[in-house]
Amino acid sequence: MNFINYLSERPKLTQFGIVLIVFFILMSMTGLYHDLIVERHLFAKSIVKGEIQSSVGFAESMSMILNWQLPPQLVRIPELTFYHPVINTSATYVLIALLVTAGLLYKSFAESVNKSQWLRVNWFQIISKGFVGIIVGLLFIPTLYNWFFGEVTRSTFWEIPMMLQDFSQYLIFEFWLTPVYDPEIEDYEDYGRVRLFTRAIGATLLFLINLVRELLIGGFETVVSLANVFSDQSGWDWLNENKDKWYSSVPAIPWTVLTAGAFILGYKLQGVGLSILAGFSCIYLAVFGQWEPAMQTLSFVLVAAPVSVLFGVIWGVLAYKSRTVERVITPFLLVAQTFPHFAYLVPIIVFFGIGDHAGAIATIIFATPPMIRLTLLGLKRVSPEVLDAGRMSGCHNYQLMFKVLIPTARRDILIGVNQVIMQCLAMAVIASFIGAMGLGFNLLLALNQLRVGQALELGVCIVLIAVVLDKLSLAWANKQTDYFADLSFVERNKTALLFVAVFFAALLFAWFGNWVFADTAKGINYFYLIPHNKGITTEPFWQAGVDYMVSNWRADIKIFNEWLLVEVLMPMKASYLAMPAIATFVLTMGVGYIIGGIRSAIIVGSFMLFIALTPWWERALITMYMLTFAVIVSVFIGTIVGAICVQNKRATKFILLVCDTFQTFPSFIYLIPVIMLFGVTDTSVLIAVIVYAVIPPTRYTVEGLRNVPESLLDAADMSGTTKLQRMFKIEFPLAFPHIMLGVNQCVVFALFMVIIGAFIGTEDLGQEIMQQLFSGGNIGSGLMLGLCVAFIGLAVDHLIQTWATKRRKLLGID
Amino acid sequence: MSDQQPVIKCDSVYKIFGKDAEKMLQNANGKVVAEEFQKAGCVVGVNNASFEVKKGEMLVVMGLSGSGKSTLLRCISRLTDATAGNIYIEGEDLTSMSDKELIGLRRNKMGMVFQSFALLPHKTVLENIAFPLQVKGNSTKDSIQRAKEMVDLVGLTGRENYFPRELSGGQQQRVGIARSLAVEPDIWFLDEPFSALDPLIRKEMQDEFLRLQGVLNKTILFVTHDFDEALRLADRIAIMKDGIIEQLDTPANIVLNPATEYVRKFTEDVPREKVLKIKSVMEPVGDEKDFSDLRVSEDALIETVAEAVLGDPKSVPVLNANDDIVGVVHSSKVIHVLFGENSTLESNA
Repeated sequence: MNFINYLSERPKLTQFGIVLIVFFILMSMTGLYHDLIVERHLFAKSIVKGEIQSSVGFAESMSMILNWQLPPQLVRIPELTFYHPVINTSATYVLIALLVTAGLLYKSFAESVNKSQWLRVNWFQIISKGFVGIIVGLLFIPTLYNWFFGEVTRSTFWEIPMMLQDFSQYLIFEFWLTPVYDPEIEDYEDYGRVRLFTRAIGATLLFLINLVRELLIGGFETVVSLANVFSDQSGWDWLNENKDKWYSSVPAIPWTVLTAGAFILGYKLQGVGLSILAGFSCIYLAVFGQWEPAMQTLSFVLVAAPVSVLFGVIWGVLAYKSRTVERVITPFLLVAQTFPHFAYLVPIIVFFGIGDHAGAIATIIFATPPMIRLTLLGLKRVSPEVLDAGRMSGCHNYQLMFKVLIPTARRDILIGVNQVIMQCLAMAVIASFIGAMGLGFNLLLALNQLRVGQALELGVCIVLIAVVLDKLSLAWANKQTDYFADLSFVERNKTALLFVAVFFAALLFAWFGNWVFADTAKGINYFYLIPHNKGITTEPFWQAGVDYMVSNWRADIKIFNEWLLVEVLMPMKASYLAMPAIATFVLTMGVGYIIGGIRSAIIVGSFMLFIALTPWWERALITMYMLTFAVIVSVFIGTIVGAICVQNKRATKFILLVCDTFQTFPSFIYLIPVIMLFGVTDTSVLIAVIVYAVIPPTRYTVEGLRNVPESLLDAADMSGTTKLQRMFKIEFPLAFPHIMLGVNQCVVFALFMVIIGAFIGTEDLGQEIMQQLFSGGNIGSGLMLGLCVAFIGLAVDHLIQTWATKRRKLLGID
Repeated sequence: MSDQQPVIKCDSVYKIFGKDAEKMLQNANGKVVAEEFQKAGCVVGVNNASFEVKKGEMLVVMGLSGSGKSTLLRCISRLTDATAGNIYIEGEDLTSMSDKELIGLRRNKMGMVFQSFALLPHKTVLENIAFPLQVKGNSTKDSIQRAKEMVDLVGLTGRENYFPRELSGGQQQRVGIARSLAVEPDIWFLDEPFSALDPLIRKEMQDEFLRLQGVLNKTILFVTHDFDEALRLADRIAIMKDGIIEQLDTPANIVLNPATEYVRKFTEDVPREKVLKIKSVMEPVGDEKDFSDLRVSEDALIETVAEAVLGDPKSVPVLNANDDIVGVVHSSKVIHVLFGENSTLESNA
């Protein structure tokens, strides 16, 4: 009796128990198909071979269920006759229609005071609900019945990728053609305007990137090559015509000039600290022989980042101005949060081709959504009084936006800019898959050759560029004018003048270098450019470290690895695959219902349904298994580390710094050491994922615990709690909603890395995306796979956010 | 003529929030009952407000939160559009102005101070004050010059290059005041300007405000929820409740003759001597010849002269602005004002 009372006081717990019981009952009902579904392909193959049916009729289904056996369509949702509506007016369905109508009207009738008047007063409601009843009873239910128990005709849902592919091909090659002169065949040829348009965008971006790049490393040579872009079209050979002119041999700016420039700029914008950071970063790039790729990456970021910021602010402002725009772009922003980068790449290759511009476009698409979100957030947070103050000062709309709203929202917008810069450099590596040059490309090369030291140095280069750009942009935005100084021209422009002086000094310096280094190093002028492989390197040191680890720890690691694989990972994976689809739905929707009611159950259920309807359900299950394992371990480690570090001020600072650094580090770097130690196994992938995904829970734990109000802690102390009691009774419960947001971030990070883990070799969704990318790409498959991954992330995101919001309201936080 | 014309004139102004507000208002035929509107999902902000403010006069709108006082102010500054009624600024119909005219009006004739200061966080003190001038299109040099004068006026000299976050609340509001005065407006709106400040600072800022008004003599619409503040500052007070102006009168009249029960509750605890002037207790000169040598002005607050009058056994003659004797005041009357209302004997009788 006590037990019953206990449960009735905790309805959520009871609900969860019921969900679990049903889940395990369903898990145990796979019977016939158990051996097939634990292997990823087997079930689908057996259906193709005709060994098993993909779906059976209603009567048979019922008898199977009575025999403790799920029918196949509940184990793996078959290819469906997706939009094949069935209308059935047989007596059964008419009865159902009537029942539905009665159910809808019951509440209104029961609550009405005057029963005799009810029919006359509510006639409209009765008609409309009767209509709904007819639709549900005669259309929806027969269609659903046909889905599950009817004859399976050819699928339509599985054909969506192909349809998308065909559509994009049509867009590019057949839609809205226009004749364009082709000099090679000396005749006009029909081109799709869409392709001309996308190519034009690509060419514009490429032009900008090359322009910056040529200033930084190419000198006039590249301007010449740019001219060739146009001469290709017109047959005008600018390069050959001007080969002997003096300006076709002007060299690039020596690295010393840029380094001095970085020192000066840092000083002008903020002061000595920033000056040193910017200057020494440049020196690092040059001395380690990474100047050229670094400048390639920089040129790419200097184009992609401003474009992303611009787009982000524009869309953010539009969304702020118009509810409609906001409503339309919100779902896109949501999906973009969890959409895997690789899935972007396929359509970009198809529409824009391969090269730096394609990389830039991928980066822009990837970096713009957070900018939009933060701009919108910032604008919405501007206090209405400031807005009024602006209006009362006599601002017209334009002034209100650009002089009041955007500057006041500056804090959030600057976080957005920071995000954009970070995203740009995070994309540096991924963009190199579709032909972007620079550090990312070299990093990928180093990874392929398993050169840890070199990859690490390159990683540091990327981090340095990111940090310097971020700090410079921040300092620039915070800069203020001094109205009191009445300065002369020289004083006002002293930094510019200094730069001009340094410019010529460095040029002279580089010129002298011609003699200094004439005989020492095969004519390499170190004052002009330190070429790749000619700088200093710490690679041998790292290599020795890795070698040491491999030779000394390998045996132990192998034992651990085998234990983990055999005892933990394999069984876990098998049990995920052994889930019949219906059980997965019961579990996820059940949890959704407990957390957020019927609405959450439906939202989570539709995300899952989308995935279940695609051909990649089993792959998604494997992704989910890796995700679950990685998230559990990351959250476990992260919260413990965070909770320990927060006890001490210095440790807190340190751990936050570590988090920042790890987050900026290109995620690919984590892959090499683990491959060397653990080989090509799931362990490698998971360890890399955990290293990356442990950052957010750590950070959010630290923040959450630190933000517990001081007065509450004092109150706890005065109540005589021990430190541990205080931790578990006061601090953790209050910080918990915030920590859950960290878990949410952790899921997003982990998902991102699990997909990248396809490089090591997995058999999940990421692998399929990677294959699409390397096999030239089917747009449809790429997008659908991306959506599958995104929906997994969004389902988790929805659940955690809903829970955290409710919990925060309950606790009265914000 | 222009002296006679009211600077602000409100003519049955309504502001009702909600979807079908205008339609409902038309149906209501001018008789708005808040409960009825509430049932229909509308909220009544301002309910039939009519009044005038003359040049150089300070009208304080007093009410508790939700009484519609800020809404009224926002209607008159047209930060929100009134649902019905007309508002005239120096004879021009505000409600029918185009955006362009409105911007022109705000740039040249209106200044406004906000409760939470509403300073632009990215601009320094000087830039904040110069902002309305720059928006107007004045050159940076002129704007900064003028802003410097304003900084001196509100006593923030030496803090020109501070950012708002580096200032205390009182100092921030001084910046807000300076900004609102930078364009030399004729009409000055203040929306609970001192409510966010500590009591001591609030008092100091009120003194400062009176000093400024003494120098500038603007037409002022001042919103507050603090009755003492209203008494201290106002030429006339409008007391609002549920969007309706319950009473609009001079402080003295409001204290002496509260129009409604609601108003009376506010005035109950107000010390009369701080509000009433000698004029309100003086009697006509009677037969008696035995006057005191003391003279008091009819506009003096009782508080300020009470001690002298009570110290004198004889009646004290009262002078008007031209030093003519217009009446006498007896110490008994003053005693009544000072102690009368609060005495239990009085209330029993």
